Amino acid sequence: MSNLNQAMIEKYRSSFLNEVEANVEEGHWVKMCMQCGVCSGSCPLGPHWEHPPQELFMMIRANEREAVLKSDSMWMCTSCYNCIARCPRGLPITHIMHGLATYAKRLNLVPKKQPTAEFGQMFWDSLSKNGRVNELKIGVGLYFKDGFAQGVKNAMAGRELGMAMMKTQRMNAMEYFGGHKCKDTSGIQKMLKKAQEFEDQQITRFDGKEG
Amino acid sequence: MSENKTGAYICQGCGLGERLDTSQLVTIATRDGKANVAKEHEFLCSAEGVKMIQDDIDNEGVNKVVIAACSRRAKTDAFRFDDVAMSRANLREGVIWVRPDTDEARETTQEMADDYVRMACAEVKHMKLPESSGEQSLNRHLMVVGGGISGLTSAIEAAKAGYKVDLVEKSGELGGQVGKLYKSVPRKNGLQGYVDSEIGELIEAVNANDNITIHLNTTVAGTEGAPGRFKAELATESGSTSSIEIGAIVQATGFRRYDINQLDNLGGGKSPDVVDQMGFEELAKAANGGTIKRPSDGKEVSNVVFVQCAGQRSNEPGHLNYCSGHCCTTSIKQAMYVRDAGGDATVLFDDLRTPGATGEDFYRAGQEKGVAFSKGKCTSVDTSGDLKVNFKDLILDEDATANADMVVLATGMVPASGPNPYLQLELDEAKNQEGQEEKVVKLEAELAKAPDSILNLSYRQGTDVPHLKNGFTDSHFICFPYETRRTGIYTAGPVRRPMDTSQAIEDATGATMKAIQACENAAQGRAAHPRSGDLSFPSFRKEGCTQCKRCTVECPFGAIDEDEKGYPQYNEARCRRCGTCMGACPVRVISFENYSVETVGQQLKNVDIPDEFDEKPRILVLACENDAYPALDMAGMNREEISPWARIIPVRCLGSVNTIWITDALNSGYDGVMLMGCQKGDNYQCHFVKGSEMAHYRMSKIDDTLKTLNLEKERVQTYEVSIADIQRIPKLINDMDKMIVDEIGMSPFKF
Amino acid sequence: MAKKEYSFYPGCSSQKKASADNYLRSTYSMCDALDIKLNEIDDWNCCGASIGYAGGGEVPRIALSARNVALSAQQNPDQDLVATCAACWLSTREAQERIEENDKVREGVNAALDEIGLKIEGEQPKARHMVEALIEDIGFDELASGVQKPLEGIKIAGYVGCQTNRPFGIAGESFENPKYLDHMIESMGAQAVDRYDKKVACCSGALMFSEPEKGHALVKDIIEAAYDGGADMIVTPCPLCQMNVESYQKEINKTFKTKFEMPVVYYSQLISVAYGKSAKESALDGQIIPVKQLEDVTNK
Repeated sequence: MSNLNQAMIEKYRSSFLNEVEANVEEGHWVKMCMQCGVCSGSCPLGPHWEHPPQELFMMIRANEREAVLKSDSMWMCTSCYNCIARCPRGLPITHIMHGLATYAKRLNLVPKKQPTAEFGQMFWDSLSKNGRVNELKIGVGLYFKDGFAQGVKNAMAGRELGMAMMKTQRMNAMEYFGGHKCKDTSGIQKMLKKAQEFEDQQITRFDGKEG
Repeated sequence: MSENKTGAYICQGCGLGERLDTSQLVTIATRDGKANVAKEHEFLCSAEGVKMIQDDIDNEGVNKVVIAACSRRAKTDAFRFDDVAMSRANLREGVIWVRPDTDEARETTQEMADDYVRMACAEVKHMKLPESSGEQSLNRHLMVVGGGISGLTSAIEAAKAGYKVDLVEKSGELGGQVGKLYKSVPRKNGLQGYVDSEIGELIEAVNANDNITIHLNTTVAGTEGAPGRFKAELATESGSTSSIEIGAIVQATGFRRYDINQLDNLGGGKSPDVVDQMGFEELAKAANGGTIKRPSDGKEVSNVVFVQCAGQRSNEPGHLNYCSGHCCTTSIKQAMYVRDAGGDATVLFDDLRTPGATGEDFYRAGQEKGVAFSKGKCTSVDTSGDLKVNFKDLILDEDATANADMVVLATGMVPASGPNPYLQLELDEAKNQEGQEEKVVKLEAELAKAPDSILNLSYRQGTDVPHLKNGFTDSHFICFPYETRRTGIYTAGPVRRPMDTSQAIEDATGATMKAIQACENAAQGRAAHPRSGDLSFPSFRKEGCTQCKRCTVECPFGAIDEDEKGYPQYNEARCRRCGTCMGACPVRVISFENYSVETVGQQLKNVDIPDEFDEKPRILVLACENDAYPALDMAGMNREEISPWARIIPVRCLGSVNTIWITDALNSGYDGVMLMGCQKGDNYQCHFVKGSEMAHYRMSKIDDTLKTLNLEKERVQTYEVSIADIQRIPKLINDMDKMIVDEIGMSPFKF
Repeated sequence: MAKKEYSFYPGCSSQKKASADNYLRSTYSMCDALDIKLNEIDDWNCCGASIGYAGGGEVPRIALSARNVALSAQQNPDQDLVATCAACWLSTREAQERIEENDKVREGVNAALDEIGLKIEGEQPKARHMVEALIEDIGFDELASGVQKPLEGIKIAGYVGCQTNRPFGIAGESFENPKYLDHMIESMGAQAVDRYDKKVACCSGALMFSEPEKGHALVKDIIEAAYDGGADMIVTPCPLCQMNVESYQKEINKTFKTKFEMPVVYYSQLISVAYGKSAKESALDGQIIPVKQLEDVTNK
């Protein structure tokens, strides 16, 4: 467990709800849920959530910290925004799910090999390096994320699609060696670093050690 | 009126002229209907057509008018003539709109129209112009019983309308339950959280109003009379009495607290720190914004659990099976007290219900303040040490426990109504019968538990307003919620149904308006809902009366008393004009001026009954004017096809149907008789509460009559229908047609 | 037709030889036909898309969009920022909204932008989706009036998907049954599938890459509903929808024993074709599943 996680446990010992309100994107909305379950019923991957959004909110209120943060559930969010559109209370549920995922990742609590977490990280790494996403590299990276042998297998399975994409000029093998990127990549990296620092401060600021 | 002169007016508009031979209808009106004047007009409801009729009334001495045009429910403004009796033959909705426009249907369609003209002529012949009895004059004076939020509102609203009010309160102070609250749920803008109660200002306003006389420590020792001429005896605690005369009464006696000791599994009565909501209000009031101290040891509470639906919405013995409506909002308010004093508050709910315009926002305000809401069902409260609330978490589907300094049980409202007036009557009847010992014991036990009478009415049908369910007073909750089953007496607030403060204020305002209306109506001899404005009222032919008391017992409104010899004593202003007494009378001595055994009986007898071998059956449909008849009109508007054999007569209520009509119809050769009234029972829709039920009961005994006539029992059917049964009612009639033709055959009584 | 000019944010997929290369090409072709000038924001960056949260927190993600907004304001002042990608548009709008409403976020974002000499201040350019610009600035009637080769006899399922529809959506449309794509189809002389069941269903978005089995199941329903409605093809306003619905049909056929071969095109291709542009200009060669009926129109 990360030190930050331990620090947060100590700081918010009595209330995970308070911790979520302070540290999770749009977390102050959690208390406004009225447990109707419309979000859970509206989710395209609803059946695949061990704890649908409504239940996650209830677990947060019931102090089930670890079960929430270590959950695979919020990683099932496809960002379709159906829950937001339908929530009678106007909770930004999609954002809260993203926020919970980000927070779990920050505390190093994401289940190992969570595919969406891994893919999302690759995506982020690609864009923060180049300013733009390198679709080919992410694709290839995705094939090989579970090791070389699995990667070859995956790549063979996806070969047909890759060929079709190239034939229709929607993929370029040369992308692998460089490819699309911003001009001011260093500026973007500086910007992101600063933004990350700022955000880290928000979380650690109140724990009596900093700020 | 010197002599009767009937004018029949036949409309040719709306397609009637094309579909019907209207000159033949003129002939029918003159020949069969014995109309003195009969005219056709191409557009009868036009100014010109109306003028034609008015001219005949003014110049030709016509005092009985037959309008053969559209339904009696259409064009009522055009066809409104003063000082004449009028009947309507429904040729549009009732005939041409429910029959196909084909050559082969033409003959039977014309026969329908012919019959309706005959019926209307026969009806009007036996109608008289109703006139008010003049039994009461205008008394602009109300008695309001109960000095809580509902009673105070009622008193002030009546006073504002210029009425005098006697406000009777049993206890020594005004304010009732609302007066005991620390803070209130706002009536506007729920997001602002709780607000100061308005009750103090209301009490001041009532105290300061010259139109209002306040009687504290006072009860009503007796009430007699009728709207416009009630007399009440007021008795004070000290034993002195006084008498007041009032036009109408508002009973706003509110609710009693549910006995928390019945909930011992939830800690009720086992720990002083388990209280009901009113108990928690007392503590909050004592703390006055500071931290609430708990009763057991005076410890400042920092953690309170609110258990919703405690002993209510449950069918367990001793529990209330209904929702009291206000308790979720009240718990949210009380949880805010705790949060504002720095404590934690959890509301344990199954379904959180926050009715009213502000409810949802008030709930949000509670969430904003950090009140915790857990969807769970409390299974028990452990009072052995520190309080522990055990519950099943309904979202996480697991058993859980919450610690608490105090537990507040959201218990329900028990109506503070008087005793069920029919219990004593039932007991008396049971005592007079053989073999009813068991029932006597049961009724006596029930009566022993009954509360004291509130109004002490001297009515034939008991001392208080009747109940519907669970002790709440009865009223037609959809159409006229304030009308109890005692005209001129209006119940308001939680005695009528569970409700919160805002609703009680609204309820009291509405009831007061109805009470004022009752005074004004009584002065003019006009009926209350649903026959509002009706001037007709029942009278009886004393020489024919056998003192059987059916009318005094069956009147749904307790309008009829008995004199010392057992003859009925009518009270015009208490009567709703449903005619249930007329339907009940075995010797048929009860009638209204314009609605009687004759007005209906002559209609059905004037229908032309074809010979058995013509294979043209006749089906008599007696349809309640409140729902069944409007539904039939709408069926016409929708062009639903109805059997050409049906002849439909509207009745005021199925309760007014006298079985002689059925016997007469069968003897005249009708092949089927259908009665259509409103839904009966606990969820009744009957506009006269018991009319439909009485009719069903009476018809259940018609089988004997059918047996003596050697007729199949299927020929007489009684139905509960609703105004929405626009397809169903035509189908019922058509099914009867089919059954007669295909199964039981024609009646042998055609001569 | 009045000439319109927008600050253009194509996004990562709409780059040359990227997955929505056909979207980019047909967009330029369509804009040429409609006399719209697109001024591409120089050195725009990725919006973070909907999956960015797995790597970056709230402030870094919003900073990415803020950079694009600031560049747009700098380079193309007084021009609306128009995106063709649903996620780009959504992220940009969301970022603007959050910056507006959340002091903490605004502080962090401006601190980050300060590193590269940019700042969010004053009135920000209005972030719009290309379809908004078409509907609101041109209108269906005018769009229809310029059609040279009506797409007669073609029945098209208007697949709106998620992010062009929620949470912002197109003004005046409902979340559950937006009609604009149908109107657009009809403006081009084609027939819109009535009551397309999966019109606003999710294609699984980025989870198609991480949870392919779940994604295929969702897409299967989307295509099946189009066939049920008698569609000849599907049209969409979103590059990820297009990619997900078009390119996995072979795999879906294998898994579900279906025989799907449903072309999936962009609205920009429909308009380009109906306005008389060639198959190549309309990027019909960019379809993995050939869209023969549109090709036939271009050959007329």
